[in-house]
Amino acid sequence: MRSLLDIILTPDFAFSAIRVTTPLLFAALGALISDRAGAANIGLEGIMLMAALAGVVFSAYTQSALIGLLGAILIGLLTASMLAYFTLKLKTDVILGGIALNFFANGGTIFVLYYLTGDKGTSASLASMVLPNIHIPVIRNIPILGEIVSGHNVLTYIAILSAIGVWYVLEKTALGLRIRSVGENENAAKSVGVNVMKIRYIALALSGVFAGMGGAFLSMGYVSWFSRGMSAGRGWIALAAEAMGRGTVLGTTLSSVLFGVADALSNTLQLLNIPAELIRILPYVATVVGLLAYAIRETNKRKAKG
Amino acid sequence: MSNNVLELRNIMKVYSNGVVANKNVSFELKEGEIHAVVGENGAGKSTLMKILFGMERPSSGEIIFKGSKVEIENSNKAIDMGIGMVHQHFMLVPSFTVVQNMILGIEPKKGINIDYNKATQMIKELGDKYNLRVDPEMKVKDLSVGMKQKVEILKALLRGAKILILDEPTAVLTPQETEELFVQLMKLKDNGHTIIFISHKLKEVKSICDKVTIIRKGVTYGTYNVADVTQSQISNLMVGRNVVLKYDKSKSEAGKAVLNVKGVSCKGAEGKELLKDIQFTANKGKILGIAGVEGNGQRELINVITGGRRNYDGEVLFNDKNIRSMNVKALRKSGMSYIPEDRMTQGVAASAAISENLAANRYESQEIKSGILMDVKKLSKLANKLVEDYDIVCKSIAQKVESLSGGNIQKVVVARECSIEPDILIAEQPTRGVDVGAAEIIHKEILKLRDRGAAVLLVSADLSEAMELSDALLVMYEGEFVAYIDNPSETTEEELGLYMLGVKKQSREEIRRAVNEF
Repeated sequence: MRSLLDIILTPDFAFSAIRVTTPLLFAALGALISDRAGAANIGLEGIMLMAALAGVVFSAYTQSALIGLLGAILIGLLTASMLAYFTLKLKTDVILGGIALNFFANGGTIFVLYYLTGDKGTSASLASMVLPNIHIPVIRNIPILGEIVSGHNVLTYIAILSAIGVWYVLEKTALGLRIRSVGENENAAKSVGVNVMKIRYIALALSGVFAGMGGAFLSMGYVSWFSRGMSAGRGWIALAAEAMGRGTVLGTTLSSVLFGVADALSNTLQLLNIPAELIRILPYVATVVGLLAYAIRETNKRKAKG
Repeated sequence: MSNNVLELRNIMKVYSNGVVANKNVSFELKEGEIHAVVGENGAGKSTLMKILFGMERPSSGEIIFKGSKVEIENSNKAIDMGIGMVHQHFMLVPSFTVVQNMILGIEPKKGINIDYNKATQMIKELGDKYNLRVDPEMKVKDLSVGMKQKVEILKALLRGAKILILDEPTAVLTPQETEELFVQLMKLKDNGHTIIFISHKLKEVKSICDKVTIIRKGVTYGTYNVADVTQSQISNLMVGRNVVLKYDKSKSEAGKAVLNVKGVSCKGAEGKELLKDIQFTANKGKILGIAGVEGNGQRELINVITGGRRNYDGEVLFNDKNIRSMNVKALRKSGMSYIPEDRMTQGVAASAAISENLAANRYESQEIKSGILMDVKKLSKLANKLVEDYDIVCKSIAQKVESLSGGNIQKVVVARECSIEPDILIAEQPTRGVDVGAAEIIHKEILKLRDRGAAVLLVSADLSEAMELSDALLVMYEGEFVAYIDNPSETTEEELGLYMLGVKKQSREEIRRAVNEF
């Protein structure tokens, strides 16, 4: 037990928690903005996976990390737009559309990977690039704090800025007001001439952009290659984080951090003498516990209401 | 040139599913008048208004706006033309403030931010001009119904509406709020606005409107000067037959007490008291009315009685058995019938057939079964009989309930609940949004049920219904009874209004008369 605390109460652990929170936060922001517009995007998992592959492929062929990132974002945007087109224009059920997208991503990424490299597992043979880490001047030299907040991947900082940006858009701008109105009372929005479909389109496209950045982080920051199924349920965990955060930016961010900590813990505990399989389920146990706590509270609220 | 701002000529609307909502609708709207459009449910009023507000396109016919032919493609176009609509079900976002609701879609901006200072200023000015004052910072979910309606009217005015369409604006208001609304509408009229007023309530049409256009089964039956026609003339034109507005109600003797509510209290999520020490007895052969502005605890009380809510203090005895230990099925088995307020979600299975809905409360009985299987012959015999008895207008009993008009859907519910000869019928807003003709049938069935010896608990926000039908009337305000009136037909709406708004309150002893000790 002693050694466990020793591991957790270190700057290294906090640093690693922030690192693993990054993709969760991106995906959770994607879940948040689409959910607030009333068109929950459950295809985040698949979008992240495709974007992760796109980042590797684009950067490998152009030898530019930036183009890799843009490629990942573009693929995220396109797949989310495709989902939007199917569900908004062609009226497919949004849940079915999302599930289809996830399956498509699962098989499609392996197919593309095999086609390009002859390997069905990882992109190790592609010389892909990674996105740089940023060392923040002044702060990097502060003991402990510097060790925790400085030196992260550029996308980690973008994720934090994105969270602030999403909050700002939702709370302060006309677009945000419209997104929220469409999500809460579609008819009210329609009655004053708000184009409901357009707003949902924008929200889904934005969720694709965020998931795209989350995917890029996985293959161009967290590790430097693509491997099959590497989104590993993060798209689903993000949906849980958004639900637990009750659709608020702050709540969603905090829930993402909670899941990130659980994830980091599972990484760290592997150093101890605990079976790896047991440890790997930690983030998922945290998800279930989180959702359970949320459900119990909601049920109690409903009960009190009668 | 005429001073018609808007003219509809031979409008026809056929929906893609083949339903003909408007067959031939024509009317003229003159600038600065208050023009009533009256008609039964399913007569095509809503469709007509949707066409005017650009939510539906007519299949044929012409719309003439200020002398030239126009196409109203969407609501934006209607808003641009200066047409505003106050929907019956408010089109507001509950978690937004008044300001946010008003500026949605036309947000004033400062840089990329919404300029709330300017927005608040605009709304204040508008409110002063029309004497419609609402606190701009309040959340809409915290507003009273009357205030929400003001927000809706202001919303339309803010968008430059010169022609206002009000869809049954008084359906949810108290008599006092209605008065206030009428004062405001007159003020709008004085300011040169034109108002289309849709209503079932002929008295209101008489008191405020200049013109009235009558629509029946998708066809307009002329426009009249309100001053030239009587209420019963309008009503006859609407339904095409005479409607009894007063019922011949025989005296009935109070029988055994079937429902005994003893000191029921309960609290809501935020600790707010929803019901406070509710006590009353419902007797066989009597209609006990509960009047009140909606949201004063009626729904919670009915929820407790019908077994939907377990979390309460006190007790409810139904046929001397405590209902706390009974589930809904047991309650129904021991003789409780229930006409819920929301017919579409609780009253019927919308996509099931009429016959299936009619049999939903007796699916275990041999009435529609042979052995363990359902007997289709018995079912259709029963359904056809009920369709005939209750005058449900439909093509066949296999038709989906959702394809019927509101009034006929309600008749399905009433037929199902009344035909099993219950000990008690709980009727929650039984004629809400139902046309005069259907309401008459429903009222008569409720009276018949009483005469056959059942107890009836009638919850109604419609005062004339509550007064006309009830043998005794309780008034609810903020979760408690504030009055017990033993001769409802002799009291006035104004008197009831004072109780409903909590201005007046009877003494504890007077209210306690609702309980008969035994």
